[in-house]
Amino acid sequence: MTSAPSLSAPVPRPEAPQATRSALADLSQEILALTKRLFLQLARRPSTLVAGVLQPLIWLVLFGALFAKAPEGLLPDGMSYGRFLGAGVIVFTAFSAALNAGLPVMFDREFGFLNRLLVAPLRSRSSIVIASVLYITSLSLVQSLAIMGTAALLGYGWPGTYGLLLVLITLLLLVFAVTGLSLGLAFALPGHIELIAVIFVVNLPLLFASTALAPISFMPAWLGWLAALNPLTFAIEPIRAAYGGNVSLTATVLEAPYGALSTAHCLLVLAILAVGLFLLIRPLLDRKLS
Amino acid sequence: MPETVIELEELHKRYGPVEALGGFSLQVSQGSLYGLLGPNGAGKTTVLRILCTLLAPDSGHVRVAGIDALAQPRAVRELLGYVAQEVAIDKILTGRELLELQGALYHLPADRLRARLLELTDLLAMHDWIDRRCGTYSGGMRRRLDLASGLLHNPAVLVLDEPTVGLDIESRATIWQVLRQLRDQGTTVLLSSHYLEEVDALADRLAIVEDGRVIAEGSPSTLKNALGGDRVTLRVREFSDDVEAARVQQVLQACPGIQQMVVNRAQGHSLNLVVESEAVIEPLRRQLAAADLPVFSLSQSRPSLDDVYLQATGRTLMDAELAVAGSRDPKAERKQAMR
Repeated sequence: MTSAPSLSAPVPRPEAPQATRSALADLSQEILALTKRLFLQLARRPSTLVAGVLQPLIWLVLFGALFAKAPEGLLPDGMSYGRFLGAGVIVFTAFSAALNAGLPVMFDREFGFLNRLLVAPLRSRSSIVIASVLYITSLSLVQSLAIMGTAALLGYGWPGTYGLLLVLITLLLLVFAVTGLSLGLAFALPGHIELIAVIFVVNLPLLFASTALAPISFMPAWLGWLAALNPLTFAIEPIRAAYGGNVSLTATVLEAPYGALSTAHCLLVLAILAVGLFLLIRPLLDRKLS
Repeated sequence: MPETVIELEELHKRYGPVEALGGFSLQVSQGSLYGLLGPNGAGKTTVLRILCTLLAPDSGHVRVAGIDALAQPRAVRELLGYVAQEVAIDKILTGRELLELQGALYHLPADRLRARLLELTDLLAMHDWIDRRCGTYSGGMRRRLDLASGLLHNPAVLVLDEPTVGLDIESRATIWQVLRQLRDQGTTVLLSSHYLEEVDALADRLAIVEDGRVIAEGSPSTLKNALGGDRVTLRVREFSDDVEAARVQQVLQACPGIQQMVVNRAQGHSLNLVVESEAVIEPLRRQLAAADLPVFSLSQSRPSLDDVYLQATGRTLMDAELAVAGSRDPKAERKQAMR
């Protein structure tokens, strides 16, 4: 199996590093290569993708059936429970995918692959973070679209063109925020066991303490407050409104205990959260990547 | 006088209460094959990690080709190829995909990357398996792939941390051959090893590292010749115990012409002696026989690198290895390597 090297192969003399290429070309080359690696991994280990679609799908079918006979008047405007649940499950899909964003990074830290990247003369070490964000954003959007397609087939509706745009923007903001959180955890926690534990603990409670499964009017006051402060709710309600054909930015989408919220309010909160989280983890990333 | 390519000056590094480096200095000139020799835990890996900009020293200076690595790490990274000890490989990628990723991280243009891949596939005989997934590779293949990724951008300086640990003899020979070839073509090679024979066979110059410092430095032949005297390894039994070894030591203390005497616990408590000349040996045999400790075996040689090590540190490299073997903390070491 092992054979001696052919000595005819020339080993060129070391040469001076090229200084002529533009920083932008270098940057896009390294980001592209790092992103490509993540997608190659996904293509060869598609279980993440499949499980990420399968789980919400099961939620949709089982929960949809469980509450199919929900009493009239539980949901606003006589909405069917399946239709109500759809928005929640779409958001949950994107949220779960983004929450896992830190896992590949954590494994790279643990197995020393990150060191291989850090020894290389990257133009910017943000490339590593940007590649993760690009990857997880596309992954979660693809998964969410798969769920949306299935929900449409189940008769739970489909947003119009503007509605779809609104759904995607909302999901994008949520995914950015959650990805920031997960990447921060991936660098702050000591290992993947701890990261998985945190993901496990955060995932379902956030779902239950949101308006994904039931409206605020159905909840006890304290839970209603929690749901009205939960970032998932800020993503669910605009999407639910879009599914109901309401794509106005100013229309009220949620009667929170502290006041009425419009789509614009919700998107603003998500945007602030995304920017805030990335600002928050930046010093940590700088320290770990320098 | 060839140009100095690597300059490490008074490096200090602590991990919590443990002092890993206590004023480590080293100069490596261009085109040499330089070996860092020392037991595990002596600080070799820490030095290489600092050189490769993975780790910042607490104090000290690092210069590669005159460039300050602490001030301009990116410029230094472009000059260096680093083959780490723990081979980090993405199991699900093929060797080629991994090298292509590496090429992009060093910003090689596509045509140059393609040409380099061909050259390195030839050089390291990777044809048969470069398109298989890395997860299926043997230790020797992984190490060769890692060497290829370190060489991809034609670095002026190649840094290898224990490049042949745990390898079969053939893979080791392949790697040695490539390293010599690189040196002959002008690449500066710095490697760490705790194999005496590896450093002896490969290195133009070496530094013995102990407790985070360089305690001896020079070419293998200079260091050996500087020792002088003949080496004698003596046993009164194939495997003695420490009591018997102490008795032998006591008898020999009375013999003239013995310059140094060390009990080699790792080799059945044999005695390693340095004697003035051959003439010392016959009286020595007679003395031992008189004390009812007849000689079981006795061999004589010129100084080896092992003797150089013994002289410099007061113990054999094997003893040093044994001493640290029980005191290593894998958890702490992993933490040090993790970002």
